[in-house]
Amino acid sequence: MSIDFIYPEYEIARNKDRCINCRVCEKQCANEVHKYHADLKMMQADDLKCVNCQRCVSLCPTRALKIVKTDNTYKENAHWKGRTMSEIYLQAGSGGVLLSSMGNPVDYPIYWDKILINASQVTNPSIDPLREPMETRTFLGQRPNKIERDKDGNIVNNMAPQLELSTPIMFSAMSYGSISYNAHESLARAATELGIYYNTGEGGLHEDFYKYGANTIVQVASGRFGVHKDYLNAGAAVEIKMGQGAKPGIGGHLPGAKIVGDVSRTRMIPEGSDAISPAPHHDIYSIEDLHQLVMSLKEATNYTKPVIVKIAAVHNVAAIASGIARSGADIISLDGFRGGTGAAPTRIRDNVGIPIELALASVDKRLRDEGIRNNVSLVVGGSVRSSADVVKAIALGADAVYVATSALLALGCHLCRSCHGGKCNWGIATQRADLVKRLNPEIGYKRLVNLVEAWTHEIKEMMGGMGINSIEALKGNRLMLRGVGLNEKELEILGIYHAGQ
Amino acid sequence: MLREGTNGYRIPAGCAISGIFSKEGKRISGENIIKSIGLMHERSNGLGGGFAGYGIYPEYKDLYAFHIFYDNFKAKDECEHFLDRHFDIVNLSKIPTKKIQSITNEPLIWRYFVKPLPTKLADSQLDEDEFTARSVIKVNVKIEGAYIFSSGKNMGVFKAVGYPEDVGEFYKLDQYEGYCWTAHGRYPTNTPGWWGGAHPFALLGLSIVHNGEISSYDANRRFIEMFGYNCTLLTDTEVITYIIDYLCRKQGLTIKEAAEVIAAPFWKTIDKKDEKDRERLTYLRNTFASLLITGPFSILVGFDGGIMALNDRLKLRSMVVGEKDDTVYIASEESAIRLIEPNLDRVFAPKGGEPVIYTFNERINSER
Repeated sequence: MSIDFIYPEYEIARNKDRCINCRVCEKQCANEVHKYHADLKMMQADDLKCVNCQRCVSLCPTRALKIVKTDNTYKENAHWKGRTMSEIYLQAGSGGVLLSSMGNPVDYPIYWDKILINASQVTNPSIDPLREPMETRTFLGQRPNKIERDKDGNIVNNMAPQLELSTPIMFSAMSYGSISYNAHESLARAATELGIYYNTGEGGLHEDFYKYGANTIVQVASGRFGVHKDYLNAGAAVEIKMGQGAKPGIGGHLPGAKIVGDVSRTRMIPEGSDAISPAPHHDIYSIEDLHQLVMSLKEATNYTKPVIVKIAAVHNVAAIASGIARSGADIISLDGFRGGTGAAPTRIRDNVGIPIELALASVDKRLRDEGIRNNVSLVVGGSVRSSADVVKAIALGADAVYVATSALLALGCHLCRSCHGGKCNWGIATQRADLVKRLNPEIGYKRLVNLVEAWTHEIKEMMGGMGINSIEALKGNRLMLRGVGLNEKELEILGIYHAGQ
Repeated sequence: MLREGTNGYRIPAGCAISGIFSKEGKRISGENIIKSIGLMHERSNGLGGGFAGYGIYPEYKDLYAFHIFYDNFKAKDECEHFLDRHFDIVNLSKIPTKKIQSITNEPLIWRYFVKPLPTKLADSQLDEDEFTARSVIKVNVKIEGAYIFSSGKNMGVFKAVGYPEDVGEFYKLDQYEGYCWTAHGRYPTNTPGWWGGAHPFALLGLSIVHNGEISSYDANRRFIEMFGYNCTLLTDTEVITYIIDYLCRKQGLTIKEAAEVIAAPFWKTIDKKDEKDRERLTYLRNTFASLLITGPFSILVGFDGGIMALNDRLKLRSMVVGEKDDTVYIASEESAIRLIEPNLDRVFAPKGGEPVIYTFNERINSER
């Protein structure tokens, strides 16, 4: 019905003088946007199918293509924006919940961009990372509260199991199924080469990747997909996923179309069945239940691996984190509302949760106020876009960061936010063999290594500028930060002064 | 009076430090340390100077000696009321001073020799040191205008706003004798003019003089404040004192192990050690990661029966050690040592991050 017609948001602009009818765009587009018209001897395009993933633009040999935002518009209205209206047409037509992918794209404040970093002048020398050691090695895990000595007076090593990272950056959870085999291989190999960790997500671990176990964090989510004893023992740490920043309060959702072949086997569920994780863990209805799961997982792994509890940043995140810190967990992972997803209900993605910067600041402060900050490490994710964000996160109090969207961009993702369609032209968020092979893990892993190495160089430069030559001296060092354009309350929560103070 | 730390502002400072220690426990008059620090006049700017002397109160060696600044008599009354309720005050007096033209606006400066009241101590379920430390912190945080700047046994801190050589004269330190002296001349980058902000900074028997500006300050402060410390001055010296007190007194680390935490060896150095050392150093560095101090510093740590000199890991501040017979001299500049002892047996500059620790000879220790 014509009410349901929604004019495409983006249009394909083809420069006919440049187009040579090579049909690369046609072959590359899994959405079947481009078509060769034999009679007219020219390429044509159906804008309606385009997701603006930039694949055709990137591969057009003559630069004949570009994607432009349409100038078609509804009658302008400050309250009823075009997107809001279109969504009503869609829901009136389908009766369904709107689905989206990737992180919250709405115009909420981005606190990273309102925080500035300090540098030394005169009273304290900056340190040149090209000439002096500059340390980014990071340990994650519980620290002992009390020094113990043996009968000869030697210090007893009573340290709980730790994760050791060469740089405070890890690849965040993305399940096999939501992303491809080649994407997982790229992440696993990059983590191994970098001396950091990647995270399996909730879809189990493909048997081919057990060999990267020393640099793998295995996840246990409410659906328990792919969880068994060997899986738990395959990784360096176990992560309990209580929540995800993109969709706090609900479980994961992988459409049956992506549950094929190895994905089905790895998840231990039938092919073609939707993998829908329950919203809560049905064995965790309160904090004391979490304690039991933490201890069960430790028992299953013989107390050799740290246990991470991942939660979405929600309103009372500080109190929740305080409870987790006393649950036996070694590491708390906080996921902000900008964090990505392969599929989430749009309303939840866009309206539930809080910015990670505020969540991090209040959790770090709460744990210190209660004197238990050294009992856990704090890893934050969900919108870390650059080395500057990493430095700011650590200075606010994080031990390390999780990145996922940035890692996918390194692999070619152009943030078209259509992962739930399963037709990722870049071979990342798809299980179609012809698309998956477009992502070459040999190239992919090197690009990930490049990205993390580049960020680490930049982190070292910024640390050196501050006169800090070891990352632990940056952790929670909030005097190194100043806010700009923030109100008193925001500054109070972030625990920083305003620029000029 | 404007007091640093009050508005959350932190004041960086450059400085000079000097120290003398007799391994034989020989008591040395304060005259030499004044001369030594005075030579480095150019490294101070008249906005703070001070001294710590150890072994200066042998007649009261089992009592805590509180040195207190009062802004006014109201603060004095309030503080003495508090002390009366918690301590047995065995002796109290004004600290003798001499009028010096360059030293003005002095607060009331009093000295008390005290011991915790046995009933109060038993009620608190704390040991004597912890009871006293908490009482000191309480007075400094809660009683406006009162500031306990020295609280150890058989030791004392003397400090003021002024050049250090004038401060030494002001307090008549030539009339005291101690087995260990440390001194400090301050070069702050603004003018708080508050006497409590001068160095040394001390808690119980621990005193620190420090030259530098640490870049890890807020990481250290926010960590140490988890354990009952309250960094009210926002100075590096204050936080370093609390860190060493926490590591040594509360965690039971040796002073050397404490140095391995605050100036931990670089990972590449640790990685090259044999397995046992590697494990120990990794353990210490990881357990107390947030107590690593970065940025330039040279510190002298005075403690009962010993002294430690420590530089930051990159040695971004000068510090020289000289030895003559049983006496040890440590200063920012060698000239400050040569002035008081021209014929040294040995002179060396400690390497970055390597603690130089001197304690009493065994004979003295066994006699104590």
